[in-house]
Formats: sequence, C-alpha cells, structure tokens
Amino acid sequence: MKSKFTPPIGKITQINGKCISLIGNDIDTDRIIPARFLKCVNFDLLGESVFEDDRETLKGRHPFDLEENKNATILIVNSNFGCGSSREHAPQALMRWGIKAIIGESFADIFYSNCIAIGIPCFTLSKKSIQEVQNNKDNKFLFLEIDLKNSLARSKDLTLNLEIKESSRKMFLSGEWDATSTLLENEDFIENKLDDLPYLEFNSTIT
Amino acid sequence: MSQDTLFDKVWDLHKVSSLPGGSDQIFIGLHLIHEVTSPQAFGALKDKNLKVKFPERTVATVDHIVPTDNQSRPFKDNLAEQMIETLEKNCLEHKIRFFNIGSGNQGIVHVVAPELGLTQPGMTIACGDSHTSTHGAFGSIAFGIGTSQVRDVLATQTIAMNKLKVRQIWCDNKLSKGVYAKDLVLHIINKLGVKAGAGFAYEFSGPAIDKLSMEERMTICNMSIEGGARCGYINPDEKTFSYIKNKLCAPKNKHWDKAITWWNSIKSDENSIYDDVIKFDASKVEPTVTWGITPGQSIGINQKIPLLDNLSPNDQFIAEEAFKYMGFNPGQSIKDTPVDVCFIGSCTNGRISDLRVAAEVLKDKKVSKEVKAFVVPGSEKVAIQAKQEGLDMIFKDSGFQWREPGCSMCLAMNSDKLIGNEISASSSNRNFKGRQGSPNGRTLLMSPAMVAAAAINGKVSDVRELIKK
Repeated sequence: MKSKFTPPIGKITQINGKCISLIGNDIDTDRIIPARFLKCVNFDLLGESVFEDDRETLKGRHPFDLEENKNATILIVNSNFGCGSSREHAPQALMRWGIKAIIGESFADIFYSNCIAIGIPCFTLSKKSIQEVQNNKDNKFLFLEIDLKNSLARSKDLTLNLEIKESSRKMFLSGEWDATSTLLENEDFIENKLDDLPYLEFNSTIT
Repeated sequence: MSQDTLFDKVWDLHKVSSLPGGSDQIFIGLHLIHEVTSPQAFGALKDKNLKVKFPERTVATVDHIVPTDNQSRPFKDNLAEQMIETLEKNCLEHKIRFFNIGSGNQGIVHVVAPELGLTQPGMTIACGDSHTSTHGAFGSIAFGIGTSQVRDVLATQTIAMNKLKVRQIWCDNKLSKGVYAKDLVLHIINKLGVKAGAGFAYEFSGPAIDKLSMEERMTICNMSIEGGARCGYINPDEKTFSYIKNKLCAPKNKHWDKAITWWNSIKSDENSIYDDVIKFDASKVEPTVTWGITPGQSIGINQKIPLLDNLSPNDQFIAEEAFKYMGFNPGQSIKDTPVDVCFIGSCTNGRISDLRVAAEVLKDKKVSKEVKAFVVPGSEKVAIQAKQEGLDMIFKDSGFQWREPGCSMCLAMNSDKLIGNEISASSSNRNFKGRQGSPNGRTLLMSPAMVAAAAINGKVSDVRELIKK
C-alpha cells in the first residue's frame, strides 16, 4: 500500500507515472475484488485486497506484489478487462491501490463507466501496441506521461496514440466527470420528463 | 445506426438532455437497490448534502448477503448484519419501499421486481447489479450500474450514458425436449464470445424466443451481460401482458387498457433497422455445459472440450488458463465429470418454473451420496408457491437441502461456498475463478434440469436420458 489515498477531484488533464502490466484476457471483476470483500459499507479498505485470490495463488509473483511495481499508477491490460459483475468495488480497489489510469485492448461496458464515474481514465490501444508495451523488457521501468488533451502517451523513446471515448475525454478535461452536479443542472428537464412517460400515470406511485 | 427498434423508442422517450461531450442524460423509470452496492451511494448523498429526488421510484430488497439456513436476526455474520441494518436505516430515512425478509416479497432483486409487477415494458430500469438485464425480458431497457451511478439515480433519477448500438439475435425454430433457455443462451454466448456485446443492446427475437415463457425469457436476458451486452431485451407480447396482469404493482382497471395500447406501440417496428443481425437455429442446441472460467467456454453435452488449435488465437490464452485452473484436458469429454456440489438457484434460474423442471427430474430418485445438493428459491414468493405444489418435499426426499431465498452460492457472499477445488454443477450465471467462494473452486454452468441430473448420477449427465426413462 502506498501513502494515504486521496481521491481525484476536478479537471484531469495529465497523468504521469510508472506502468504495471497485467497480462490476460477477460479478467473479471470477481478476480479484481472477490465477493467476500464486498461486505463493507464503504470502499476505504479495498486497496489492500485487490486481486487477493490471484495474488495468493501466485505467492508474491503477481504483478501487484512485485517490488518494481510498488509505485506504479498506470495499469496496462489486455481485452475485455473488468467483465462480469457491476461492482464499483473493483475500480475503487484498483484506485486505492494506486492506479490512476488504465490502458487496455478493450474494457467491459459497466467497468468502463464505473472508472469514468470515479475519475480513472481508460484508454484503448491496438492489441499489437499493448503487447509491445507488455513485452518490452524495460517495461518495469516504463514511465508514461499521458496527455488527455491530445490523447497521447509518451515515454523517453515511445509515443502512443491513445483512444478514449470523446464524451469521457471532454468530461475529464472540463472536470465534469463527477456526474451528479452536471445532471442536477437539468433539474427542470427532469421534472418535465415526468409528463412524457405514460407509465408514470398507470403507476403513479409504487405501492 | 439503429432506428425504430424498441431500444431506440424507449431511449428517446427517456432522454432528458444531450450532455456536453456526446453522452445522454437518461431518466430512470424504476430504480432497484440492494444491500451491497447502495450503502456507499447513500453515503455520497450525505456527503454532498443531497436528497433522494423521487423516493417512490426506488424499491429495495435484500438478497446478496442473506444466509439461507438461519435467517433469524441478528445474522451470525456481523458484517452481513451491518449491511442489512444499513439498508434498513437508509430506506427508512429516505422513505424508500423495502421488501425485507419475512415480508412475503423478499428475494433476489431480479426475481422480486417482475413478481411484483414493477417490471413493465417501455421502462428504463437500473440497479447496482449487472444482472439487471433480466428485466429486458418484458421489453424494458434495463442495465446494471455502479455505485456512483446509483448515487446519481438517487439524487437525480437520471444517469449519464452513451447510447448503445442494437444487435438483433434472431432464433429460428424451437428448442428440443430436454433443452432449455439456459442452454440456448450459453450456446449464443459461446458462438458470439463474452465481449461481443460491448457497446450493444441485444434484442432477442424470432420464433424460438416467442415460444419461451416469461421466466425462460428472463433467463435469456439475464445472461446478456455474460456476452458483454449490458442490456438485453425481448419485445413484449401477449405472454408479457398476461404475466404482468393482476400483479401487485400492475396497472389496474382503466389504466390496464391504456397500458396495453402503449406497450404495443413501443415494440420494434417490422422494418426497424439494426446495427447488426445474427441468426441462430434453436433446434440445433444441445444441453450445454461450461468447461472453463468464462461463460463463453461451453460445449454441448456430447461434445469434447476444444483443442487449442481449434480455437481462435484470441480465445487460446484464456483457454489455456482455463485448462490449468479446471484441471481438464483439451479433447476430453465433459460428460461423466464427477461433481461435488449441486446448486439450483440464482437470478438466472431460481424461479418457480426452474424448480418445477428440476423437481420433475428428481421425483422418486435419490441424489448421489457423493454429492452435496441444495436448492435456494429465488424469492419468498417462489418458496411459498413451491411448497404449495409440494416441490420442496420432492427436493428433500431426493436428498436436496431446501433453503431460504437469496443469491447464495451464485456469488458466495453468505456461508454457502465451495471448499477447496470442489466442482459444482450450478444453475447460476458465472464460472469465473473463485466465483463460488473458494479461490480454487470450480463451477460448471448448466440448466436446472442438468443440475438435477448431475445430482442424481454424481457426475455431469445428459438430462434427456433421465427424462426418457
């Protein structure tokens, strides 16, 4: 575990940090945080349990246990990362461990929206580029500077054109990724919607 | 881009605004909550000094952490007790209707809402649970959300979301005897892959889907998410309407006819446009069983576990991981694999029709001595109905344990867990590593009838051979 956790806030334009590579397709959210750790009423302690069972099985050889990855903040993954359960506990656990951005071949839909909602930008790259990064022998020293404005990641001798949904990119740049206040701005429209939906009349209250 | 599908109609109707950046603000007609993914959302409301905007549009029940043996309070598990108490407190404070244990309506949230008639065509439905796609069986647009989005729905009754593309999955003919909705959806996921649905809503249609009962349709839509589709739906028809009629929260009297007219109007138009169409022949589907660690890794009961070379390069990596974890070899058959635990239940297959099918297989037969078998009804209503029909006695006489309603060993957040590397035959939805409570436990997904057959023989079996006898 790193120093005390502080959640991201406001505009996210630049993320600089060491990369940690986790190889494998279809890594589901049960693996990221097994269900027994969902017995909690806040997310505070999840960081230490991230990938608990996988780490236990690999007895210290899991990327999240390697000394060289101790201060990593950018997670490099393969395809369909975060599939399965909708538990936000999964990105919360990754974030509390220290992850600030994820670059992968592809992400599961719900995991992706959970990451955006808590301020973890997720970028995609082609399989080939991901594998190049993951197979890079110097990977353990790979330090990337991610520039959200231009969707670029740069290291000493590498430039990657990252892809990210335009809506997500704009939200991070403007600081509106914490959606509640943006949604509340349209309060009048929300009230108006009540008149458009026929079923609210059939079932005026749920009783 | 899709046009005039049910998805397009319902989405457009619920769109509150276009947000900067291109996503939409979508009104949520029905919000369902449970004890696991809501406490942090209520906490966030408090931190932001916000209220629940429309408390009457949220309904709560408790399912994930409830014990299925002894449900007396306080629960033996302190953490579970703390979670149910937090939900009780939050519902009371925010005036949210809560179906607690003993109310007669508690159960797995995706079993309970349809039973109450809360789930209706044309609605948007959200819940902090990925299997919310279940409700799409009624022609609603229903999807799982994370806790931050639960917070947003509580505070604004809306969420920010990018519109999904629509893929029609057309199923011709009909399922043959001894083959069930579970087999069909496992087959579809196997053919399309577990990530094909990312960015899509799946519309299931065609003669084979029309012939399914509402409960079978729920099984299909429930597992859309296992194919990567956050949302799956089926256009509503007479079966949908008659299922809803007279349910507690169904439209009544003069509202009923209005409701039917509107529900008919939101179906996909005959010439609607889809982003993609894929066809299946349901008559070719066999009883299907998973052999690996994703719901896409399945085979027909008489097929062999695939050789690495027969898989696409993309699937080889996870297949190798699966062989190692499951202890199975490529080319080996799945039939006759000994099982240790048999579990019937979950939001996929814990409804009354699932229990009826399994009981029919088990009647006058005994569970193998090598097997621990238990059945967990999906809700209090399912349990009551099953008892009225004497199904509980058939299960008990065969050697199954009869439990109280909850999610149970689908995800093992209570004390129902696999031990060590036990193998379960399970009617649930996920065979992920460690899913059923043991870090090296192994799960074989199959239909409830196939679980019953496995329980009797103590090994993976073709239920059609038992039905024939």
